[in-house]
Amino acid sequence: MKRLVILGAGTAGTMVANKLRRRLPMDEWQLTVVDRDDIHLYQPGLLFIPFGTYRPDEVRKPRRRFLRDGIRLELGEIDRIDPVRQTVALDGGRVIGYDYLVVATGTSPRPDQTPGMLGPEWRKSIFDFYSYEGSVALAGALRDFRGGRLVVHIVDQPIKCPVAPLEFTFLAESYFRQRGMRDQVELVYATPLSGAFTKPIASAQLGGMLDERKITVEPDFLVERIDSERKVLVSYDERELGFDLLVTVPLNMGADFIARSGLGDELNYVPVDKQTFRSKEHPAIFAIGDANDIPTSKAGSVAHFSTEIFVDNFCDLVEGRPMTRAFDGHANCFVESGDGKALLIDFNYDTEPLPGEFPIAKLGPLSLLRENARNHWGKLAFRWIYWHLLLPGRRLPLPARMSMAGKHQPDKEN
Amino acid sequence: MPVVTVGPATVHVDAEGFLTQYDEWNEPLARQLAARIGIELTDEHWKAISFLRADYPAHGETATLRRVSTLAGIPIKQLFVLFPGKPAKKMAYIAGLPKPRGCV
Ligand SMILES: Cc1cc2nc3c(=O)[nH]c(=O)nc-3n(C[C@H](O)[C@H](O)[C@H](O)COP(=O)(O)OP(=O)(O)OC[C@H]3O[C@@H](n4cnc5c(N)ncnc54)[C@H](O)[C@@H]3O)c2cc1C
Repeated sequence: MKRLVILGAGTAGTMVANKLRRRLPMDEWQLTVVDRDDIHLYQPGLLFIPFGTYRPDEVRKPRRRFLRDGIRLELGEIDRIDPVRQTVALDGGRVIGYDYLVVATGTSPRPDQTPGMLGPEWRKSIFDFYSYEGSVALAGALRDFRGGRLVVHIVDQPIKCPVAPLEFTFLAESYFRQRGMRDQVELVYATPLSGAFTKPIASAQLGGMLDERKITVEPDFLVERIDSERKVLVSYDERELGFDLLVTVPLNMGADFIARSGLGDELNYVPVDKQTFRSKEHPAIFAIGDANDIPTSKAGSVAHFSTEIFVDNFCDLVEGRPMTRAFDGHANCFVESGDGKALLIDFNYDTEPLPGEFPIAKLGPLSLLRENARNHWGKLAFRWIYWHLLLPGRRLPLPARMSMAGKHQPDKEN
Repeated sequence: MPVVTVGPATVHVDAEGFLTQYDEWNEPLARQLAARIGIELTDEHWKAISFLRADYPAHGETATLRRVSTLAGIPIKQLFVLFPGKPAKKMAYIAGLPKPRGCV
């Protein structure tokens, strides 16, 4: 029996396992998935819990339920990979050997990486919504907020779902307005980037939307520490930004065992070939989803498109054929903008988010880089699609490759 | 791609003045580029610039502040002192590398 071991049963790991279980012969391949616990978290839902749109129990389900028969799920904390012996050690001494290894352990928020963040104000006036506990606690804090300055803050890039802090800001603005207390709340968006987003056209559009909503942007703000006694963020260039309520996105990092195994970069991401996800150092190791270092967004949509490419390539590889498919960096993200509306952005390694219609030119029904209610319903429908179509590994009518159909290149000024 | 002269050299740059050809860079040019943004290069500056130059061909991307800080052992705080304001951009400019992508 050949052994394929997949580390992480999140978005990417679950999809890969389910797709490959159908494609690889049962009598030749043993498939094992490892995760620390049996609770699958629908992370996009964490954005909505603080505003009461989703109940906490709507975003967590048992992992096992989403893994096909014939896939072994091992529960345990991963301690180390030995790429020479081709083994994975779990806490407590269990060792699992592999012929091929897929690292899909994602990235997680690390409040411990910013001095002062985990101090006495943590989950009192300092919150994150990238963790289940943080998101649930923040719902209470927003409900009890009586006004003052709310700072939405990003420690550093890259983060998973890079639009999520913008969405949170738009939703908060709308939330306070609907509660009739918008004029008691000063909203500040503090980012290490020079604008609202990385790519120029989307950055201008999203920046304009912040302006319209009277949300102040504090650009190029790279936090050094938080003085929790005085409730200020202090940047490396010694700017101070006070807050009454801080919603921060802590530094995102890959799993520590990746560093311990000597497989990671400075943020514990596994360096891979950006078209095939194969480790640059160890040909028997692949890393997909947020765990790798490819230069596109860390997002569920990227995990999904990557999986399609990876699975086809993997089947070729194990049958001795060359891998022929190449990932183009395709990402597709809804951006909630408040008041029941959202935008959609669609881009890849070479093409920045452009305005237009999606997925079909002229018809849409979704629109790119423009707010409307259909996009918002698309985002909410995604939860059902995620549990019922995406995780089980069913084919969605969305091509893994980005398409230029429906996209409009605005006339380049200057 | 526009072509500009920096001191005695003629080099290719993008719209914002970042060099586009890795091999057109050399140390005297770096000094000239630094001077244009008001920086006189000391040994400490060179440690960062040399790291960026060496890292780029292997990594395929301009190193971020965190990468320079972790791998070259220069605290981020110090990078802000050496290259005030926007250290990531300034380092890339002097090292003749593409503007850091800022992540997607
Ligand atoms: C607030 C928020 C909103 C988001 N919104 C969107 C959105 O609208 N659209 C979108 O496309 N994406 C969105 N995302 C991003 C999306 O959730 C992730 O990109 C996606 O889940 C990545 O999948 P993954 O499999 O790489 O990692 P994950 O799904 O995070 O899975 C990693 C798994 O590895 C396990 N693991 C890690 N370390 C260990 C260890 N040492 N031992 C054992 N197990 C371990 C974890 O338990 C986890 O189950 C959002 C994320 C957040 C936080």
